[in-house]
Amino acid sequence: MAKLIMSADDSASVRQMVAFTLRQNGYDVVEAVDGADALNKLNSMKVDMLLTDLNMPNLDGIGLIKGVRAGTLNRFIPIVMLTTESNDAKKAEGKAAGATGWIVKPFKPEQLIAVIKKVLG
Amino acid sequence: MMEEAIATYREEAGELLAELETSLLELEETPDDNELINRVFRAMHTIKGSGAMFGFDEIASFTHEVETVFDMVRNGKMAVTKRLLDLALKSRDHIIYLLSCPLGEEVDRRDGNEIIAGLRHLVPQAEMPEQGPSEVPVNCLLTALVDEPADEYTWRIRFRPAANILMCGTNPLILFNELRGLGNVHIVAQLDEIPPLDSLVGENCYIYWDIILTTTRGEDAIKDVFIFVEDDCYVKIELIDKSGLIDKEQGYKKLGDILVERGDLSPVEMQKIIMLQKRFGELLVEQGIVSSEKVHSALVEQEHVKSVRKDRSETPSVEVAASVRVPVERLYQLTNLVGEIVTVQSHLSQVSLAGGDATFIAISEEVERLTNELRDTALNICMLPIGSTFSKFRRFVRDLSSELGKEVEMETFGADTELDKTVIEKLNDPLLHIIRNSIDHGIEMPEVRMAAGKSSRGTVFLRAEHSGDSVLVSIRDDGAGLNRDLILAKAVERGLLSATADVSDKEIYAQIFTPGFSTAEKITSISGRGVGMDVVKRSIDSLRGTISVNSVRCVGTTITLKIPLTLAIIDSLLVKIGNDHFVLPLAEVEECIELTREDIKKSHGRNLANVRGAIIPYIPLRQLFNITGQCPDVEQIVIANIHGTKVGFVVDQVVGEHQAVIKSLGKMYRDVKGVSGATMLGDGTVALILDMSFLLLAVEGS
Repeated sequence: MAKLIMSADDSASVRQMVAFTLRQNGYDVVEAVDGADALNKLNSMKVDMLLTDLNMPNLDGIGLIKGVRAGTLNRFIPIVMLTTESNDAKKAEGKAAGATGWIVKPFKPEQLIAVIKKVLG
Repeated sequence: MMEEAIATYREEAGELLAELETSLLELEETPDDNELINRVFRAMHTIKGSGAMFGFDEIASFTHEVETVFDMVRNGKMAVTKRLLDLALKSRDHIIYLLSCPLGEEVDRRDGNEIIAGLRHLVPQAEMPEQGPSEVPVNCLLTALVDEPADEYTWRIRFRPAANILMCGTNPLILFNELRGLGNVHIVAQLDEIPPLDSLVGENCYIYWDIILTTTRGEDAIKDVFIFVEDDCYVKIELIDKSGLIDKEQGYKKLGDILVERGDLSPVEMQKIIMLQKRFGELLVEQGIVSSEKVHSALVEQEHVKSVRKDRSETPSVEVAASVRVPVERLYQLTNLVGEIVTVQSHLSQVSLAGGDATFIAISEEVERLTNELRDTALNICMLPIGSTFSKFRRFVRDLSSELGKEVEMETFGADTELDKTVIEKLNDPLLHIIRNSIDHGIEMPEVRMAAGKSSRGTVFLRAEHSGDSVLVSIRDDGAGLNRDLILAKAVERGLLSATADVSDKEIYAQIFTPGFSTAEKITSISGRGVGMDVVKRSIDSLRGTISVNSVRCVGTTITLKIPLTLAIIDSLLVKIGNDHFVLPLAEVEECIELTREDIKKSHGRNLANVRGAIIPYIPLRQLFNITGQCPDVEQIVIANIHGTKVGFVVDQVVGEHQAVIKSLGKMYRDVKGVSGATMLGDGTVALILDMSFLLLAVEGS
C-alpha cells in the first residue's frame, strides 16, 4: 500500500510541486494549508510522514511538530521540515521540537525524494 | 506540471504582495503590531522560498534582503520607520516587476539595488549581517555522490543515539539499511545500558550500536547517513583499514588493541589481563572489565577486517585457484593408472565372486563403486569446453569471407559443451575444412542471395550438444545447399553409383566423402581439388565418430559429427572366439542373435541371416582371423549398425559388457587394419578391439 504523506505549506505552488513529485514516486498525499489545518487533520488521520514548512500562519511548523509529538495517533512518524533557513538555530529549534530531518528550499524533486526515502526507509 | 506550479506561484505571489501592501499600510498606523510585522515577514519569506523553488532567482535574492531586515524588526532589533515602510512598499513594486519578467531573461536591477542600498543604510551597524553570499543556500544533501575514492575503506562506527531518537521519528534500522547500501556491514547491538524493567521508559532508546563498514565510498557518504541525527546523537566514525595500505598483514589487530583503541579498555587493564595468559576475551568478561557484548563487537570487527583482507588478497589469485595448469603427460599418466585400476578391479570382482565370501564380495563391490567414481572423475579432468575451438573459427570466417567477397557471419551454440582434450584437438582440422566448404561452396555471393530473396549476409551455425555418451557437433549454413543431381551425375560418371539404382538422397550426399570427389568446375585456392571431405571422414573415423550430411537445395546444408566423449575408456561388448577374446564398441552394437548350423545351411553359404524378416549379411570372424579349432554348434551374431548399414559379426560366445581401457598397439602394430587397439581383461589376458567399420569395408571390397 502506498505510504501517505502530509504536506503542510501555506504556499499553494510549493504544495502543488511537492504533491506532484510525491505522487509521481508512488506516495499518497494529503495537503494542509497551514499548521492549524495540518494538526487538525492529523488528530483524526494516520499518516506515514509529515512534510512541513516552518513559516506558516495560524500555527507555524515548530508548533505543528510539537503538537504532533504530543498527540497519540501520529506520535512517532518521521517529520521533515521544509525550510529556507539555512541557519543552524532554526534547524536546532525544529530538531528540539521533534523533527526528524530537514530539507532546505529550494530543492529539486529528486532531493525531496532522497530525503523522504532516508527517513521513511 | 512545472508550468502549472509556476503559474500558481505567480498568482500566489500576487496575492501575497497585495496582502503585503495592506499590512504595510496598516503598519504605518500601528507600527508596534507584532502580528502585522510577522505577516509581512511571512509574506516575504514565502515569496522568497517558493520563488527559489521555481527558478525566480532574482526574486529570491532580492526578497532575501528585504526579509532579513524584517527579521530584525520582528526580533526587536530595528524599529518600524516611515523610511522602512517606503522602501518596503517600493520592494513590493519591484517584486511585481520581477514577477512579470519572463523566467531566465535579464532583468533591470537598478531599482532593486537602490532599494537594497537604502535598506542596508537603515540597519544599525552592529546588526549589519555579514557580507557573505546573499543567494539562497543550496541543499547540501546528495553532494557526497560525487568524488568518491575508489579504494576500499573499512570504518568503525559507534552510533549511540539520543534517548529520544524514536520520539523524533528516526528509525535506526532505516539508517542501518542505508549503511548496507554503501558496502559490507556488520552491526552489533550493545544492550548493556538497558535499565531494569521498572525504570525503563518505553519510548526511549537504550541500545547503541557498533558498526563495521567496508565501502569504497568516502567518509562523507557515511556522515550523510547520519546527517539528521549527528547533532544530538553520538556518532564516531574511525578509519580502521584501507586497501593497498596494510594489505601485507593477513590478520588484524588483537582483540585487546581494538578495545583499547575504542576506549572500552585501558592499556593498563589490558597488560594486567595479558599477564594471566588465558583466552583474552573470556578473561575480560570473567573479570567484569568489559561486557560480553563489547567483546563480541570487537571480535566482529576483527573477523570483518580479517575476511575483507583475506578476500582482497585472494581476489587476484582466484583464477589460479579455480584452475591449475598441469602438463598433459601427467594427465595421460593419471588416465593410464586409472585404466590399470579399472582392469585390476574387474579381476578383483571376478575373484571375489568366485570365492563366494560375503565380506570379500562386499569389499570388492565397494572398490568397484570407488573405481567407477575415480574413472569418471579422471575422465572429467581431461574434458575441455569446445568453445575455445569455436572462437578460433571466428577470425577464420571473417578473413575467408572477405577474401571471397562474401558476407558471412558465424553463430555458435553450446560452446560450453565438454569433450576430451585430445578429441577437441583432433576435431580442429575437420571442422576447419567443413566451415571452409560451407563458405566457399555453400554460401552464395551477396547479389545471388539477394536475388534468391535471402539477406545478403550468410550465416554459418556451429552447434555442439551432448547426446548420450557422444557429442553432436553440427555445422549448418544457410547457403545454396548441395546439388543433388550434379553429385549423382559425377558419382555415376565415376562409377560410384549406378544410374539406374534407386538411391536415397543421403546416399548421394555421402558421395562427397569419397576420395577425389569434386563437383567444382574450377579449382580455387581454397577448394575444388577433391581432397578434403574424405580426409574429414577419415579423421572422424579415427575418433570413432560418425559424419552425416543433410541438405536442402537453396536452404542450406547441415553436416553433423557424432563424436564419443572420450578416447580412453569405452563401453564395449566382450566376445570370445576359440580361446581368444575380442572387444566390440558397444555404441555400434544393436543386438545379439543365435546362429545355428541349420541357419547356415539355409543361407546356402551366402552369409546372410534372416532377422525378423530383414536380411542381414554377416562376417564370420573365425574365418576372417583364421582361428583354428572347432566352432560351437550354436554361434552368436553380434549385429552392429555401422553408418546406417546393418551387419553381423559371428563369434563363438558373447561374454558380456566390458569397460575397455584402450591401449594402443604400439609402433609395431600401429598400421594393422581392422584392430583399433587392445584392452586388458581382469585376469590379465589381452583382448583386441575390433574396428568394425574397417572390417565391413574390407569384406565389402573383397
